[in-house]
Parts: sequence; structure tokens; C-alpha cells
Amino acid sequence: MRESTVERPSASPGAVHDQSRPDAVFKWLTAACSLVVIVIMAGIFFELVRNSGMAFREFGFSFLTTDSWNPIKGEFGAASSIYGTLVSTGIAMIIAIPLSIIIAVYLVEVAQPRVSRFIGGAVELLAAIPSIIYGMWGLFVFAALMQTHVQPFLGKHLGALPLFQGPPMGIGMLTAGLILAFMVLPFITAITRDVLMMVPPVLKESAYGVGSTMWEAVRFVSLKYGRRGIVGAVFLGFGRALGETMAVTFVIGNSHRISPSLFSAGNTIASSLANEFNEASEPIYLSSLFALALVLFCIMLAFQTIAHYWVTRMQRLEAGDR
Amino acid sequence: MQKFIKIAVILTIAAAIAATSIPTLAATSLSGAGATFPEPIYAVWMYKYNQLTGVRVDYQGIGSSGGIRQIKAGTVDFGGSDAPMKGPKVREAGLIQFPMVVGGVVPVCNVQGLEAGQLKLTPEVLAGVFSGEINYWNEEAITSLNPGLALPNEPITVVHRAEGSGTTWIFTNYLDKVSPSWHESIGTGKVVPWPVGVGAKGNPGVANYVQRVNGSIGYVEYAYAVQNNVPHVSLENQAGEYVQPSIASFKAAAANADWASADGYYLVLTDQPGDESWPIVGATFILVHADQSDAGKAEEMLKFFDWCYKHGAEMAVEKDYVPIPKNVADMVRQTWADEIRVDGTAVWK
Repeated sequence: MRESTVERPSASPGAVHDQSRPDAVFKWLTAACSLVVIVIMAGIFFELVRNSGMAFREFGFSFLTTDSWNPIKGEFGAASSIYGTLVSTGIAMIIAIPLSIIIAVYLVEVAQPRVSRFIGGAVELLAAIPSIIYGMWGLFVFAALMQTHVQPFLGKHLGALPLFQGPPMGIGMLTAGLILAFMVLPFITAITRDVLMMVPPVLKESAYGVGSTMWEAVRFVSLKYGRRGIVGAVFLGFGRALGETMAVTFVIGNSHRISPSLFSAGNTIASSLANEFNEASEPIYLSSLFALALVLFCIMLAFQTIAHYWVTRMQRLEAGDR
Repeated sequence: MQKFIKIAVILTIAAAIAATSIPTLAATSLSGAGATFPEPIYAVWMYKYNQLTGVRVDYQGIGSSGGIRQIKAGTVDFGGSDAPMKGPKVREAGLIQFPMVVGGVVPVCNVQGLEAGQLKLTPEVLAGVFSGEINYWNEEAITSLNPGLALPNEPITVVHRAEGSGTTWIFTNYLDKVSPSWHESIGTGKVVPWPVGVGAKGNPGVANYVQRVNGSIGYVEYAYAVQNNVPHVSLENQAGEYVQPSIASFKAAAANADWASADGYYLVLTDQPGDESWPIVGATFILVHADQSDAGKAEEMLKFFDWCYKHGAEMAVEKDYVPIPKNVADMVRQTWADEIRVDGTAVWK
């Protein structure tokens, strides 16, 4: 419909070229396309709310706080899934954020251009690997390594902490967190690298000009200039870790329990959905899974909002600096 | 010019052949989904049947609950499930249920130095391990049953299914029967609230986890234990004898089956009497719609199952499944003739 209205002015050669009309059409066309995003999101949200209604009516607020997941008795609680989602993502971010910023700094500020191109290419390649490959590698190679080397080592030296107690199974929360770290690392690195490359050379040159060391130039000029972009990169990685499904399902151990030890099996919202959605036969079971999905949706939304707020606040602070 | 005409004629003939063969291909392709328990034998049957007749049958092992859901939703031509549905429930859903083959579920373990069949367990101890009451391999409950074995001071890692599974249903049905405390706290189901352990996807997933994790114990359909070379456990049966899983001990348990008086073929074969009987045995079932829409397709499908009953027995035994006896197969054929309809007329005559 709209395309035909776009063509009409050019179809009449004698008409005076009206500038405002194509502009209006262009405006509406782009707005309509953007509206698709809103419609899809609202549609998903609406469906989740509609389908999870039964679970929330049945269990109320305690759905979020109980960790019993008993399909036989029809008792469901999201606590273990929420816990697992946050903990595995937390482990991933604790490892991935510093590591990827360090790699990005190396690539932009330290490495020779040829080395930088080579490693940069490898990072992009890592980002393109499908998550199922990470899952297979995680189960067949990495979990075995964790069981025979990493977990016994941690248990021996840090076994006093409840975090590192229990039998080394190879699969579990820690392994899932580490796999997630490997998965989000290339994302954060690639974007941070691009952000750091956009720092105007004149700023860095002046930092060196006043006698800064390389560290000082990076710390006070490059990272400070690019911090908004870096926060954006971190949140992109965060979103990926939060919703990652297949790789986590392979290595997390899939059990609906909250355990203080990172060695023990757990589950995330996404992995529970992947495992159980196809098989849920009772209406209340299905509804509880929809409720889980809604919780994940809300967690995503909450962190998005926080990120947005943070970025705008930083913008304001920077404006105040000047 | 003559050459050109020749080529054109050949091409036309080829196109005509292709055009006529496409619809027949489409009509003789059947799809099923469900239990992973019988997947090894279904795969053999489907391959052989395809070679003989050209009819293509696909089966996806997605778990029994998934099979029931898919057939109810009508996305597949037949569903597979190891957890039988009760007679009234089958009719309510407009389905027909019939057994295809009988198999055994075996506990498998990974303890260093232990070979297949060496470890002996009683039903109570097995339930104790899977409910988390027994946590170490060298606890007295286990060592007292196995005086000759050197069992390590290692924690036990239980491996169970992560998704809805008929194998889990058969296994928990057994534990439910033999252990009052299991009955109290956990029960029977395709998914149960496991107090301990890690979840793996499908029979292959459980076999894989058990192979990988030292000190683990899980349960799989026997073919998976053999294929993956994971050591199985010897169990004490109802008669008080320790038995090994084998086609003979599955057969002994299946001999007790009384299909004739089972409504909708609902029959559970766990914890059967008999000195030789393996205690965890179950039949696996096919579910099809009673009202079929496509007569040709329905007939092709029943022909395949009929062929499996007639000619599949030897292949089943090779894969350590117990074939369905002839008289039961005849009963099933009668059920097809009585109940499967296209627009009110019988498909199977």
C-alpha cells in the first residue's frame, strides 16, 4: 500500500516536485517498520502473561520464592531456576568482563597491527561459533578437564569455602558459568575493541605528551572516553549469558535444587524450558513453564532498564564534567 | 534437429516419471516421535523395512511425554511411549495404544575397577541410592551386599533423566513398588522430583554422563548399556535371586504378562515373580489416532507395524528386546480392525 504512494509523485512528470510529501511517506514507512518491534514484544509479553496466569493464580507470589519443582504433585516454584540463572551469569560476567577489556586494550593500544588483526579475527570467529558447539565441547572436553584437574584443585585449596565443596562431577554450575564466560567473551571484546578504536588519537597523543605511561593513558583517557560503549558491550554480553540455552543445558546438570556449592548441578530458566517444555503434559505444568519464561523476560527488562538508566546518568555526569 | 527432438522426448519422459513418482514418495513416508527406549530397535526395523518396500518411516526419540504430546497435537503419524496410558484416558484422547516390544531398564554405574554385573544391589539399597540416603560407595549398606569387592570411598553421583521419560516412568514405578519410603516421598512419574543427582537428556545422555563421571550411577534401557559399554548392576528380584540383565531374564519377566485382560493394553511389568525374572522390565507402546484422515497412509502405517510383528522378532532379540508374542500381535491386529477408521470404515481388514 505504502510503496504505491511513494511511487506516485515520480510517475507524474509534469507535477511540481513536492519535497514534503516523500518525506512524510518516508517518516511513516520507517515508523511502521519500527512498530513491528513493539508489536512483537508486546505480543510475546501478552502471551506470556496470559499463559502463566494459571500458575500465578495457583501459587501466587510464592512461585518466585519456593524451590520445589514437583510435576507429580503439581507443585512448582521458580527459585532454583532464578538462582541458577543469576549465579551462572554472574560467574560468566565476573570472568568475562575484566578479561575481555584487557584483551581489547591489548589489541588496540599494545599489540602490533598485524598481531592485533590476527587475534581480532580469532575473536570474531569465536563470536560466530553456534552455542551448541560450545555445549558439545563443554560436555566432552571441558567437563572432563574440570573433573580431573580444576575441581579437585579448587576443592583442595579452597575447599574450606562452601562454594567449592562436594564431589567433582565435571558438570555443574561452575562449568556452566565458565562456558558462558567463553561465550560472551568474544562479544564484549569485539565491541570494546571497536569502542577503543574510536577514541580520537589526539586525546591519546596529548596524554602521552604530558608524560603519561601507557597504563595511565589507557586508564584515564581511552577507557574513560569509551566507557559508555563498554557498558553497552557488557550488557550485550550479559543478555546473551542470561538467555543462553543449549550450551548451559549440556553442562549444568539440570536439577531443580539450590545448593551453595558451585560444583553441584543446577538449572537455569532457559535450560528448564528447553528440557521440559516439550514434555509438559499437565496444564499447570505448562503454565508454570510460561511463568518461568515471563520471569526471564522481566529479569531481562529490569537489567535493560538499569543499563539504560546507568548510561544516561553517565552521560549527564560527563556533561557536568565539562 | 532430430537430435534435439530426441533429447526433448527423453526429457519429457523423465519429467513425467519424476512427476508421478513424487506423490507416491510423499504418500509412503511416515513419521513418528517419542520414547528413546525403543529407538535402537525402531531404527533397525525402519531401515530394513525401507530397504524391502521403499516406505520411509522416521522416528525421533524425544521422550515419551513428548511423543504423547506430539500425537495428540497431530504433528506426527504415530507416537511412542514407554509409560502406558490407562484405557479410559486413551479412548478419551481418541487414540489407540498397543505394545511393540518389551525391554529392560538396567542400573549402570561407573566405579573404578568394577566390571559389568559385579556389583549386587537389593531393591531397598537401589532406592536408597537414588533417593540420596546412601551417599558413598563404601557405605555398609552396599559393602555388606558385596563382600568380595573393593569399593572406593567415593561419593555417589546419581544420573537421571532431565526430561519427561518413559524409562524414568518404568524405573520409578519399580522403586515405588519395592520401597515404601520412595512411595511416600517421590512416587512414579515420567518426571519426578529427584532429591539428588544430575539430569541428562535421553537414554544416550544418561549413558554418556555415567561414562564421564567417576562414581556415578544411572539407569538406561539395556541396549544403551551394551552399546556404550557401561557396566550394569546385578539386582535382587522378587524371588530373592540376584539376576543379570539379559534377553532371558527379560523374557522370564515378560512371560507373566497377561495382555488379554489389560484394558487398552495398559500393563506394567516391573517387579514380576519368577526366579529368573529381571525386575525392571517394561513394554513400549505405539499410539495412533483412532480416526485417521488418510486411508492410504493409515494402511501403510499399519502394514509397517504388522511387518514388525511378523518379521521383526529376530532383529529385536539381537538388540536384547523381547518381541511381542504371536497371540498378542493377533490381538493387536483385531484392535486395529475394530477401532481404526477412516470416515467410519475400517482400514485394517
